[in-house]
Order: sequence, then structure tokens, then C-alpha cells
Amino acid sequence: MTTKFVKNAVGRMIPTEINGKPVIPFKGPHGHKTIGRKYGPPIRNCGDYPDDGDKRQPDLKAALVEAGLKDGMTISTHHHFRNGDLIANQIFQVASEMGVKDLVWFPSASFPCHEPLIEYLEDGTIHHIEGSMNGPLGRFASQGKMKGTGVLRSHGGRYQAVQDGEVVVDIAVIAAPTADPFGNANGLSGPSSCGLLGFALADSQYAHKVIVVTDNLVPFPCIPWQIQGNNVDYVIEMEQIGIPEKIVSGTTRITKSPDRLYIAELTAKFCDAAGIIRDGFSFQAGAGGTALAIGNYFGEIMREKGIKARFARGGSNQYLVELLDEGLVEHILDGQTFDLEGVRSMRENPHHVDTSPFTSYNYHGKGNFASLLDVVILGATEVDINFNGNVVTHSDGLLLHGMGGWQNCLFGKTVILPIPLFRDRIPVIRDEVTTICGPGELIDVIVSERGIAINPLREDLIAATKDSGLPIKTIHELKEEAERICGKPQLPQFEDNIIAAIKWVDGTVIDVVKQVKES
Amino acid sequence: MKKIGTAGNKGPGIRSDCFVTLEITEKGGLEISIESKVGVLFGDSINTLANDILTHFGIENAKLSIEDRGALDFVLAARIEAATMECVDTDKEYLLDVIPENQYHTAKDRYRRSRLYLPGNSPKLMLNAGIHQPDGIILDLEDSVAPDKKDEARLLVRNALCQVDFYGAERMVRINQLPMGLGDLEFVVPHNVNLILLPKCESADQVQRVDTRIQEISKQHKVKQPVYLMPIIESALGVVKAYEIASASENVVALAIGLEDYTADLGAPRTHEGQETFYARSTLVNAARAAGIQPIDSVFSDVSDMEALRAVVLESKSLGFDGMGCIHPRQIKVVHEAFAPSEDEIDKAKRIVNAFDQATSQGLGVVSLGSKMIDPPVVKRAQRTIDLAIRSGLLSENWKEESKE
Repeated sequence: MTTKFVKNAVGRMIPTEINGKPVIPFKGPHGHKTIGRKYGPPIRNCGDYPDDGDKRQPDLKAALVEAGLKDGMTISTHHHFRNGDLIANQIFQVASEMGVKDLVWFPSASFPCHEPLIEYLEDGTIHHIEGSMNGPLGRFASQGKMKGTGVLRSHGGRYQAVQDGEVVVDIAVIAAPTADPFGNANGLSGPSSCGLLGFALADSQYAHKVIVVTDNLVPFPCIPWQIQGNNVDYVIEMEQIGIPEKIVSGTTRITKSPDRLYIAELTAKFCDAAGIIRDGFSFQAGAGGTALAIGNYFGEIMREKGIKARFARGGSNQYLVELLDEGLVEHILDGQTFDLEGVRSMRENPHHVDTSPFTSYNYHGKGNFASLLDVVILGATEVDINFNGNVVTHSDGLLLHGMGGWQNCLFGKTVILPIPLFRDRIPVIRDEVTTICGPGELIDVIVSERGIAINPLREDLIAATKDSGLPIKTIHELKEEAERICGKPQLPQFEDNIIAAIKWVDGTVIDVVKQVKES
Repeated sequence: MKKIGTAGNKGPGIRSDCFVTLEITEKGGLEISIESKVGVLFGDSINTLANDILTHFGIENAKLSIEDRGALDFVLAARIEAATMECVDTDKEYLLDVIPENQYHTAKDRYRRSRLYLPGNSPKLMLNAGIHQPDGIILDLEDSVAPDKKDEARLLVRNALCQVDFYGAERMVRINQLPMGLGDLEFVVPHNVNLILLPKCESADQVQRVDTRIQEISKQHKVKQPVYLMPIIESALGVVKAYEIASASENVVALAIGLEDYTADLGAPRTHEGQETFYARSTLVNAARAAGIQPIDSVFSDVSDMEALRAVVLESKSLGFDGMGCIHPRQIKVVHEAFAPSEDEIDKAKRIVNAFDQATSQGLGVVSLGSKMIDPPVVKRAQRTIDLAIRSGLLSENWKEESKE
């Protein structure tokens, strides 16, 4: 069979079919409109559930059997426990022991702790992954070893795919730091506390069967119910569901690297010069060392000017909580909690609110929070001279990262990527990015240690900062400077085999990743 | 000569560097193996460079293994050359071009508020040093380089002087103590160095030996630009000889003090308050000023305590120092801020410069401000304060026009 290809709106060649399903090529940031009705999960009857509300099952296997686990099903899990997740691997171990084949794993993200799943990808238990492939799993896929084609989505795209019925989740397994026998659950307390459970929201509402797993079972009612027990089929109590020190860090730290601090300071100065930091503004704070430092510099500027931010979207951590406690930020709208201080604040402070991909990112929402942000700070593995961004592959072609909420955040009013001009010897600004994850028209500013490039589309930012004394250059100048230092890299070689598709937030395909050629 | 030569660094924390092993063989041509984290993108280019270098040194049969952690060409070249030097007896050098960005010289009386120390055998720290805008960078061949790495560090520093863009910083090299330091000079004087730091200096004679050697090398290599000297006083004897050292040559532009070694020599523990070094610092400032050169303070070693650093720099400024050493890029900004003139100082300087302009335009030989006569050195000093204020971002370059408006 020969695959047919079409060119999409960013000029990438896209196959017309992936995993046997038809593909819609990317049509521009808002180019695709879905009509009709949202996907609906099967109707349930409360009479089929225990009157005493006790939905407990003895163990994971029993619950999976009850849920009707069989070949070809789609199983979802969530990354609230980040690299400390103990549940996803167990699900596929059980499935493998039961001889179940060709499952689709639909995680909200994967981490290096999921490396053991390679065994189940190899023995046929898992057919392919629809979700981020981080580190070892990405390398495995890049070498063409996964049976099906991977599908990468943003957090918002995951919600969209579920609402479109593009992905039908047969069984959702939600690891919950605290839950009651009815299935109400939250992430606020317990040994595996992680703050919130927003990434499991869509799955709890749309999956055919929902299993809650906890290591901190409390008598009904578990309050607050971030996950509503009325959506839950089974509850399992386990000894341990996560490794606390790998879930949340006791200490998130601002970078100590002088070069990154310099970039962070330059980013904050740019925002100030561009008039973004004014009373009542809003910002998206990341969790990386550089992003943390930028939040800190924002704090310094607000303190100096005597102004406040109306809200910050997290990734919350101790530094953002300090700004909230000091009154420099009025609300934290938190999508993911990165340290214990963040969890504590969310538990105790009513102005620190949990959010989900539904509130923040969903393409089928009637608006979402991400587009309200005045400034968004993001990362990238590569950017090109047309400001297109890549976050999933490295310049050598290997798929090593997921997208998280990156694509969704591009809809903020000003999107800034603070990135070093080169990493090791590899220039970050390229003629063309290896993989397009976000179109250049949504990426406004690149801040590097050797200068700032503003997207020519943002004439307002160019005008606002032209007399600022900041080192404003063109993106071509930055690219040339990096290549003068590093040399111009040769291009990586690929096989024809497509190993993963990159979805845009609306379900169209913006790019594909090919198998790397082994030298 | 050895059969096998090695150079460079390897290990988990190593980045922007490489480790090379060269084995001279009898036959079989050149066998180059590259294991690189950037191999997919730069493998061919590394291979071409390695071939070129070995051919340059006339090596026809050898096994060369390169374990690369993202080293740039100037690093790869220095490492391969260093390994070659262990195996081959040659006068040849593998020289890289001086990049256009580095073709600048520095002035004798330029600002030397901050000088950033960079270990001479650690390429990673060199690459971005210039972006932090120190007045000078020091490629150190002395204390930060292990004794068995001295030879390869010389080549790395030589290549860095030619190829790393330091964004306008004065390019300084700290050589080893004499006599080894005299040997260091051959690797840097012909290759774009602006200033030599002479450590543990205790006599005018040492300065003159270095200066003479620099003149010889400069003549031989047709180096036209001056190479300045900054002796570092690091002992009780050095302090006693401070003036003779400061005035030993017209190429001496600054005199620095190194307090770690000095307090060790005194037998007094170094304290935050610094009473034990007050005499030495005062003496050094006085000697430097007497010789008409810049007095430069030591370094502050707690890189996490910026407030303590600020206090130390302010004291340093009040004693009369013009600059301070930095061992971490984050210290540079604090040092510059603390050495920047105060608002009062700027106001006073503006009044003096305005009075001078007025007197000049009226053809008056005497400048006066209110009832006070202003001497020429006071005007010069005021002009310097103005320059420094502009450099520190405290005053607009067009302040004269703007104050008229």
C-alpha cells in the first residue's frame, strides 16, 4: 500500500491516513471548524451501582477485568505524579499477563519512569501511544520500533480529541492522592499529594469505564471532589501509588546558571519596555529554572512600580506562591502543581485555584483562559527564521519530548521564548525546524543571551521597544551569530517511515516525525 | 616522545569539551573515530578538521579517537594539537584565524572595574563570558589549571583569544609564576592578548623580565599593539615593593592585590571586615596612584552573597580602588553598580564640566565654580566620573544638550 501525502498550511507533507484513520491537514491556527455534536459516553443507570456507594474492587486486575479489558482497547492515565507514577506500568503488566493485545495507551504525558513499558510495546500488549513520548519511549519510537504510529497532542488537544470522539477512551485509570469509596477524589492531601487532578477531568466524564486508584482512602465524602464520584465505576485501594519525592519536589529552584539568569532578566526587561507589566496584567509562569527566574524578576518590577498582577497561570511553585502571599499576584489559576508549597497554598488559599485543560485550553470550549494571558513564557528545542517552533524533536531528529500545554499557550497575547542561542554546539535557530509544533504567526519574541528577535508581524512590540536600549536584532542576525560560533550543522537523515503525528489543538495534523536513519 | 598522547577532559559534568587520544602507528593511514553527542549534526565537520590537523603536522599513520561533548572547533583543534605535541617533535602550530569581532585593541586608561576569571582549561565557561559585559576577561593559566594540564591549557587559551567573541571585554591572560610564565607568553603574545597578569609579583625585576620577553616576542611576530601588564601583589614583600613594581615599566597599567595568598603570608585569617588587609590595600592604592596607574582590588569568594559583595565593593571604592576581580558572572553587575558614581558625585561632576566648558568658550585660563578655583586634575576627574556615569547607565550620553532643554 502506498501512502498518499498532502501539503498542509505550514508546507509540511502529511499522510492522508494514520493508524487507519483519515487525517485532516493543518489549515492555520483557527482554520478548522468542527460542526455537529460532541461525542457522548454511554448512558449509565444508578441502579447498576451499589446503593451504599461502595465501589471498591480488591485490586487493579479485578477492576480491569470488571471493566471488560480486551484486545484493541484504549486505556488512559494521567501525569499528575510526573516521574513518580507507579500505576501506568502496572496496568500494562496486568494486561500482558492476561494476554491482552494491541492496546492503545492514551496518557496525558509520559515520563522516563515509563521506560518499562517498552517491554509491553515489544510483546504486542501495547500497539501504540497517543500522548507524549518522553526520553526512552521517544527514542524507541524514533527507531521505528513501535507497532503503530504515535500521536502527540497538546493538553487542550487531548480534551478536543475526546470531545470529538476522535479518541474513545475505553478505560480511564485515575491515580488519586485522596479518594472515598464512591470515587470522589482530589490531589490535595495524602502521601502522594500532587495538588490537582485536572488532566483526568475529560477522561472521568467521557471514558466508558473509570477506575480510581488511591493510597489514601477516606470515608465518604472526600472533599473537595476534583473528580466526581458520580463519574466513577470502581475504586481500588493500594499500598502506594506514587513516589512522593518524584511527584512534587520539596524545593523547586531558580536556575543558578548565570547565562540563564541573564536571559531571564533580559526577558523581564523586554516585557517592561514593551509595556506588558502594568497594573492588573496577567502572566503564565513556567516551571523551568529560567521561567522561575523570570517570575522572580516580574516580582521585582511589580514591587518597584507598586503594581499587582490580576492573575498568574501556573505551574505553581514556592516562588509563585510567595508572589501570591505578598499580594503581588491576586490569583493563581493552577494547571499543575510543582512543589509542596504549591500544594499547601492550593489547599489553604482560596485565591489559589485548580484549573483543567477544559478551563484553560480546550478548542471546543466557549473560549479558554490561555488566550486571556498578557504574556506567556515558553521553551522550545528549536525555532526557525519564520518563528515556527519545535518542542518534540531534537535537531538530530530524535523524538524526546511531549508538548504539554505548549501549543495551547501560544494563544496568549504575547508569546515569548527565552532560549539560549545554542545548546552544546547545536544552534537553536534553524532555517527550518525539524518538526513544526507551532506556527510562527503565534510566536512573538525570541530572547537569547545574544539578543532579542521580534516577529515582524508584531509591529506594536517593535515600535514599543525600539528606543529601549535592549539588544534587538533580527532573527536572521541571531541565526547567523549562532552559526558563526557553532558552524552550520549538517541535516539529520530520515527513513520514509512515519513514527508519530503532531496534532494541532483542533485535531488537524501540523507535522509528522519520521524514523531516524541509523548511521 | 610518547607513542600515545591524550588531551582534554571527559566525565559526566563535561560539556563543550572533548577528550582525544592519539596513537602514532606504523602503517594503515589515518583512522579517526568520533563518538559525539552532536555527531549526527557535526560528525563530518569534526572528521574534516581532525584530518586537516594531523596532515598539517605531517602525521600519516595514526589512530585518533575523539570523545566529544559538543566542543567547538577551537576546542577540538587545541585538544588534537595538544595530543599531537605529546607524540611529535615539531615547531609547527595549528593556528586558527582571529575572528573579525576580536580585532580590537584596548586603551591604557580604559575602565577596568571588573575582570572575570575563567579557568584556562575549561572551554565551557569561556563561551558566554562576554555576554555578562565584564570590562575584562582573564584566561587563567595559573592556579585554576592543574600542573599536568598546563601544556594543553596554553593551546586552548591561545585559540580562545583568536576565536571566542568576548564582546568588547579586554582580553587578559594570567600567566604562571616565573620562570614558567615566560614560556606562557609565547602562546599568547602573538595571538591577540591585550594584557598580562603577573601573579605573586615581588619585584620590579620580575615585571621587567616579562616586559622584555613580551617586546622580543612582539618584534619577532610583528605584533604592533601594546601588551599591557597588571602585576598582582600577593605577599608581604610584594606590598613593601608595591611602588617599585607599579613603576617598573610604562606598560604597567594597573596594580592588583590578591588577598587570599596575602593573608596566608601574613598568618592572619581573612575576615569579612578586612582589618587585617587594610594596610596592604591602602598601600597598594597609594603606590598605584603614585605611579599614575589603576589600583585594582582582590576577589570576593562567596558567589551567593551579593549583598556582602556590594558592601565590600563600596568599601573598596572608598579606599580608592578602581576595580575588582570577579569569580562568577553574576558578580559583574554588582561590581559595576557599586563602582558607579553616586548622584551627588554626578551632579558635582556635571557642574565642574559645565564650568570648564564655559571658561573654555570664553577663553578663560582659569576655571571657577562659585567662589572656588578648579584645578585641571579636578576637571579631568569630573570628566571621568561623567564617563563612568554614562557607562553605568546613570546619565544620558547627550546630558549636555538635555540639560539645556
